Amino acid sequence: MSEATPKIRIMKGAAPDLSAATYQIFDETHTMGNALRWMIMKNPKVQFCGYSVPHPSENLIQLRIQMFDGLSSLNALLEALDNLDGVCESVEERYLVSLREGRYERWEEKS
Amino acid sequence: MSQGFDPKKHVALNPERVSYTSSTDFPGHFADEDHSWNPAEFKKRLAVRVERISNRSIEFDLVGVDASIANAFRRILIAEVPTICIERVYVHNNTSIIVDEVLAHRLGLIPLHVNPVFMDCVYHPDGQPTDRNTIVFKLCAKCERRRNAPKDAKDPAQLYINHEVLSSQLEWVPQGEQSIVMAANPPAPTNPNIVLVKLRPGQEIEIELHAVKGVGKDHAKFSPVATASYRLLPKVILKKEIPPHLADKFQNCFTKGVIRVDPRTKRVSVDESQARRETMSREVYRHPEFEGCVQLARVRDHFLFNIESEGFYPPERLLPEAIKVMRSKIRTLREAAQGLLQDIGVVEDVEMAS
Repeated sequence: MSEATPKIRIMKGAAPDLSAATYQIFDETHTMGNALRWMIMKNPKVQFCGYSVPHPSENLIQLRIQMFDGLSSLNALLEALDNLDGVCESVEERYLVSLREGRYERWEEKS
Repeated sequence: MSQGFDPKKHVALNPERVSYTSSTDFPGHFADEDHSWNPAEFKKRLAVRVERISNRSIEFDLVGVDASIANAFRRILIAEVPTICIERVYVHNNTSIIVDEVLAHRLGLIPLHVNPVFMDCVYHPDGQPTDRNTIVFKLCAKCERRRNAPKDAKDPAQLYINHEVLSSQLEWVPQGEQSIVMAANPPAPTNPNIVLVKLRPGQEIEIELHAVKGVGKDHAKFSPVATASYRLLPKVILKKEIPPHLADKFQNCFTKGVIRVDPRTKRVSVDESQARRETMSREVYRHPEFEGCVQLARVRDHFLFNIESEGFYPPERLLPEAIKVMRSKIRTLREAAQGLLQDIGVVEDVEMAS
């Protein structure tokens, strides 16, 4: 639990049942922050979700999740990560299908 | 009219402002609509269409995802897809007019043709170089007078040998198992014609270069793309009939091909297949006679990507690489969150026991 640099840390002030918590995620940026925020907000059991980059010289984001009915925000986070992986998988699959079909214009670019 | 402006699907472009810019597809946003995450529904709407590919760039449409997802792909393409670049430069001799540090910087920016899968990342800047994480090049050049140069020659190419040092003169020095692993595709600059230094007789350079794996967020030289950008699909929405005598003037307010005018009836319609060519100049809003006739908009979940490759990756391989990086980030986060869940479970057990 007390590793030198954890990837995720729950900040002080979280509800004991984690129905409301702010997660500090290290070495992540808007890239994951915004995508994750969007996917968490797609969960109807989530009351609120938002993220911030507290300071540009600190390499971390803070993700706040509040749940309805005392549910665990950590489970919502895990669920969102799985769904996000599904999104990536589908996009890649469709892209490769389109590439294989070859219905695109080929052109020569001088460099 | 089914083609009308829909604030849930479109972003409005008005004469002086844009409106309806945020997505509203969240549960609880509208009382009678669900909008919760539904993979089946998502897959139904999702479309990826490759439109154009050249040897350097790719254009494709990504339809049915939120801006946060499209933006994540774009950001990863620029900053987090790893490539190989020259990182350490050991100058044994440099009597050229370019000072060592400027030359070192120039050398760092050369795009290299090396498959990043053959290399490991160096995690510590002072870590031990090995054949798994470092590629070594040598650059030795000495400028001399050409003995048999014509008397009246002015061109340095006729007068001197090695007056320009080109990127093709980088010489790969295989280390350890590299001579076997990379034999099929020996590491070299993607472009052999980059002028690195100009020399004059008596000047010489002797340099050892170490190339390592890195990502664009550390230094832009590691970015695998020249540009990676997207825009939203333009949409021209006609709100009422355009008077026939103004049809041609109306057509000229838009990019050629976007607006069709029937040559006989002078009836105006929008060619949806050409909508992507519209520049959204808003010229039509400047004419009072067209007030209320048209709404310019963009489709909020239709992204037109344009990616220019620079370096190792062919353009069509860039998006799959970005998705690979994204999925590995998700995996790392998942493992960390799972660990957190287990830690909390342990704490609760202890509390229950006491």
